[in-house]
Amino acid sequence: MAGTVLAAVIIFGPLSSLVIWSFAEKWYWPHLFPQQVGLFYWSKVLQGDMLRALQSGFLIAVVVTVLTLLITVPLAYLLARTPIPFKPVILMIFLLPQAFPQLPVFVNSTTLLYRINQGGKFWGVVLIHMVGALVFAVWTMTAVFKSVPESLEEAAINLGASRLKSFFSVALPLATPGIIASTLLVFLYSLDEFTGTLLVGSPFILTLPVYMYRTSVGYELQVASISALMLMVPGIVLLILLERYMKSEYLSMFGRI
Amino acid sequence: MVEVRVENVRKTYGRVEALRGVSLNFRSGALTAILGPSGCGKTTLLRSIAGFIEVDAGRILFDAEEVTGLPPQRRGTAMVFQNYALWPHMTVFENVAYGLRLQKVPAAEIRRRVLKVLELVEIGSLADVESRKPSALSGGQQQRVALARALVVEPKVLLMDEPLSNLDAKVRQRLRVELRRLQKQVGITAIYVTHDQEEALALADTVVLMDQGMIVQVGTPQEIYLKPTTAFAAEFLGVSNQLEGEVTDGKLVVAGQSIPYTGPVRGKVTVIFRASDVQMEEPSAPPRGGTVALTGVLEESLFLGAHYRHYIRLADGMVMADSPDLRRPGPIRLVLPADKVQVYGEQET
Repeated sequence: MAGTVLAAVIIFGPLSSLVIWSFAEKWYWPHLFPQQVGLFYWSKVLQGDMLRALQSGFLIAVVVTVLTLLITVPLAYLLARTPIPFKPVILMIFLLPQAFPQLPVFVNSTTLLYRINQGGKFWGVVLIHMVGALVFAVWTMTAVFKSVPESLEEAAINLGASRLKSFFSVALPLATPGIIASTLLVFLYSLDEFTGTLLVGSPFILTLPVYMYRTSVGYELQVASISALMLMVPGIVLLILLERYMKSEYLSMFGRI
Repeated sequence: MVEVRVENVRKTYGRVEALRGVSLNFRSGALTAILGPSGCGKTTLLRSIAGFIEVDAGRILFDAEEVTGLPPQRRGTAMVFQNYALWPHMTVFENVAYGLRLQKVPAAEIRRRVLKVLELVEIGSLADVESRKPSALSGGQQQRVALARALVVEPKVLLMDEPLSNLDAKVRQRLRVELRRLQKQVGITAIYVTHDQEEALALADTVVLMDQGMIVQVGTPQEIYLKPTTAFAAEFLGVSNQLEGEVTDGKLVVAGQSIPYTGPVRGKVTVIFRASDVQMEEPSAPPRGGTVALTGVLEESLFLGAHYRHYIRLADGMVMADSPDLRRPGPIRLVLPADKVQVYGEQET
C-alpha cells in the first residue's frame, strides 16, 4: 500500500505541477500556489500555433504509420516465413541507425535531405521518422508472424489455398492483434519524435514536441505545460489500447527471429 | 482410391541425408504406417508426398500421375498435423468448411457435407459447431475436427503426422480404434507417421520401418513383430535384450556360454530376444529340447502391474525377462524357445 502511494507520488507529482502551471496566470516566488488562476493560457493556446502543430504532427504520424505498415507487413512476413538469404544482415541494417548516437545520425541525414531538397519539408520529416519507425515495426512484426505456427498455414495450403489466400485468411487475421500493437507503437513514436523533427523540419514543419520545446525555451511555462499535457493524452489512450492487444507470445518470439 | 508410389526419392539438408533413395508402394485403400525413431526421415517422406518438401531426386506418383513437381495445393492430399493446426480464429464449422469454400462448392452443399463429416468423426453435439471455436474443445475433439477438415474435401490420400502423440494415453487408445474404423469405412489410402511401435502395429495394414533415411523392413504388423529381419528392427519393436556373440563350428558363444546354432550367420553376431519370450527355471531343473538355455544371476525384480520385470546379470551385461511371478534373487536359468532367438551378422546391425 505504502509502495503504491509512493509510486503514485513519483508518477503524478511532477505531472500535477504541469496541471497547476497550465492554469496559472500569476505565480511568483515564494508563493506555494499561483496567486491567480484562469483559462487565459488555455484559450490563448487553443487559438494559436499549437493547434497547427498538433494538426501537422498528427498528419505526419498517420502518414508515417501507414507507410511503415505497407512496407513492414509484407517484409516481416517474408522474414518470418521464408529462408531468404542474408536475413541477419537485413535485420541488422534496420537496427544500424539505432546503434549510433542519434544526434550525429540525424545531423548527417539533415544535410543529406537538404541536398535532395527535402529539408524543412513534410516528406523530409516523414522520412526521418521512418528511420526509427521501421526498426520498431520490422522487429516486432517479424516476431508477431513467427508466433503464428507455420503448420496453420500449411493446413490451408494443403487444402488448396494459394500462398496469398493462406496469408489473408490465416496469417493476417491471427497476426492482427500484434500488428495493431506494433502500429500503435509506431504512431506514438512518430507523434513524440523530437530530435529528427527539430533538425530536419525547423522552422517550417512544426509538431507538438518541437512546439513545446520552443515555448519552454521562451520561458512561457504555461504554454509549455499545456502542450506537454496535450502530448500525453494520445500516449495514454493508445497505451491503454496497446495493453489489450499485446500478447506475451510476441515478446517471447523476439530472440528467435 | 489411389495407390501412392515413391521411387528412389532422395533429400539432403546440408550434410544430413534425410532420405537416401526410398522406394515404396502405398497400397490403395490401405493404411500404411511409417515407423521409426526421430530423425529417421519418416516425416520428411510424408511431407515430400504432401508436396511441402521438394525432393532432390526420384519420383512420386499417385496412380499413373506423376506429382513430383506439383505444388502442395494441386496434389489433392489432406494432412492431419500433430498439433491439430486448427485455425483458432474460425469456428469449428468454418474450419471444416474451408477446403470446400476454396473449391467454390455451393453453400447448401457445404453445410450438408460439413455436418455429415462431423457426424462421421463423432464430434458429439452438432448443435453448436457454428458458434464454438476449436479452443473450446478438448484435445481429442480438436483432432477429430482436424480429421473432419481433411476428410471433407475427399482427398486422394490422407496423410497423418503423429496425429495422436499430443493426446493423453486413454484418449489416444480410443481414437486409435476410431481412426482404424473410419479409414476402413471411407476406404481412403492413408499414410500414418509415428514413432510409437504399438500404435503402428495396432493401426496399420502395412508397417514400414525406417532408420537413417532408409527403409529397413516392410511387412504386415505380424511379420514386422515376429520376424524382424535386422537387429535394428528387432530392437525397435518391443522390449528386447541384445547380446554380443560369436559363431564358430556350429556353436554360438554368448556371454561366455556356448549354445547350439545351425543358422547361416558366421563370425561376430548380435543376439536378440524379447523379455516376454524368456522363461525362468532353477539351474538344477533338467534341460528341455528345442530350447536355448543361459545361466545367470537374478539381481532385481520390478513390479510393473501386468507382470514383473526381472533383471538378470550375465557375464557381459544385464538382460530383462518378464514373468507374472515374483522370484527370489540368486542363480537362475533362462530358457528360450530356439525360434525366438534372433541372430544377426555384424554388417546388418
